Amino acid sequence: MIPASFEYRRAGSVDEALALLRQDPDGTKLLAGGHSLLPLMKLRLATPGVLVDVGRIGGLSYVRDAGDHVAIGALTRHRDLETSDVARSEVPLLAHVAGQVGDPQVRHRGTIGGSLAHGDPASDLPAAVLALGGTLVVQGPGGTREVPVDGFFLGFLETALGPDEMLTEIRVRKGAAGWGFQKFNRRAQDWAIVGVAAVVGSDPRVALVNMGSTTVRARGVEEALAAGASPADAAARAAEGLDPPSDLNASTEYRQHLVTVLVRRALEGATTGRG
Amino acid sequence: MQVTVTVNGVPETHDVETRTLLVQYLREVRGLTGTNIGCDTTSCGACTVLMDGESVKSCTVLAAQADAHEIITIEGMAAADGTMHPIQQAFQEHHGLQCGYCTPGMVMAAASFLQEHPQPSEAEVREGLEGNLCRCTGYHNIVQAVLAAASPPEAVR
Ligand SMILES: Cc1cc2nc3c(=O)[nH]c(=O)nc-3n(C[C@H](O)[C@H](O)[C@H](O)COP(=O)(O)OP(=O)(O)OC[C@H]3O[C@@H](n4cnc5c(N)ncnc54)[C@H](O)[C@@H]3O)c2cc1C
Ligand code: FES
Ligand code: FES
Repeated sequence: MIPASFEYRRAGSVDEALALLRQDPDGTKLLAGGHSLLPLMKLRLATPGVLVDVGRIGGLSYVRDAGDHVAIGALTRHRDLETSDVARSEVPLLAHVAGQVGDPQVRHRGTIGGSLAHGDPASDLPAAVLALGGTLVVQGPGGTREVPVDGFFLGFLETALGPDEMLTEIRVRKGAAGWGFQKFNRRAQDWAIVGVAAVVGSDPRVALVNMGSTTVRARGVEEALAAGASPADAAARAAEGLDPPSDLNASTEYRQHLVTVLVRRALEGATTGRG
Repeated sequence: MQVTVTVNGVPETHDVETRTLLVQYLREVRGLTGTNIGCDTTSCGACTVLMDGESVKSCTVLAAQADAHEIITIEGMAAADGTMHPIQQAFQEHHGLQCGYCTPGMVMAAASFLQEHPQPSEAEVREGLEGNLCRCTGYHNIVQAVLAAASPPEAVR
């Protein structure tokens, strides 16, 4: 399978990428690791007229301790996040989740920026960043803006990014809070049928994979935890208000049940320090 | 567009269509047909090659993305005199293949994995090869081969 023809441009800097985007925002796509975009292009589900390869822009691959938060460059590959000392000690949830994405070959190519910008509810890293309460740094024609992750995922493959904008950095707060991650699938390498990223402590946040058209928070669970409920009691509310998809892997009802089990396990992992 | 890719130590420059995939470039432009196409959907790992030393699925990389990078394929593993790479030897000695279709990808994935995990456990080998499917062997002997290749050379039997 071969993608439809396109014009290939290479950006040497963020400014250059933005200038190239501006020429035809709707017909142009940024290419980072290509591990979401190229499969879609091979299936001709995406047929951009112009690809702007941002993969060689220097200085956008880093994991940095920035005081109260950790800053991650948008082009940081999953493998580099998984093995980063800063990520492992300051935001272990994120390092752990990066190591659960796909398989080693996928992790050698895919980037955190691409994963968030793609906005796939079946992806793992968006849930981790949502649970951590991150902020996304976005550059566009009007300059730089900071988007809280709570307002970033708008719909299926739809985010707050405009067609002429580029995600450049992801910030997640540091903290000693406990965390848990659960990913359920039937075969190695597969996407999660349902996944859960949980952070407990004074401000508990629980984010769910594949439980709707976007990455979502389990608000009922968070409320229950804040009111002092046990992991099991809080987890019972995990599917509240959610209408997950029915597909070849699982029905809606199956997911609604599975999520209660996985949230309980994630919360137990978070409170016992098992992860 | 023009791309210059160093494959198995040999740089060459060619004109390719922008949409050329790395695996097509290797097979059709460079004539290196050792790299197989299995699923063509980033799932099976048959097309795995090393890009700057790390395993990638070449059906999901553009030749344009490999421009100015170093690629190693299965043809680049044996020594110039034909002596097989220790991983290849281990696959032979431990019967890590039957039909052989997955083997080039397995060997390249194993090479990258062993760089990252020089002394792996069996569980780590199984997880480290999760991006590569084999329809014949049941994996057992592949795992044994990779474990053997990880040991110091004199221990490879
Ligand atoms: C076989 C396979 C298995 C996978 N399994 C999993 C899994 O289990 N869990 C999981 O979470 N993911 C999985 N993935 C997806 C993988 O994590 C992708 O790498 C990731 O989703 C996209 O990152 P990328 O850098 O490859 O983005 P690309 O494919 O290059 O881009 C994706 C989209 O984001 C846009 N984009 C990229 N970077 C930016 C930026 N900086 N600013 C604005 N827009 C941008 C692109 O224009 C495009 O629309 C899998 C992929 C494959 C092929
Ligand atoms: S052919 Fe590339 S992963 Fe199967
Ligand atoms: S040996 Fe036949 S697919 Fe692996």
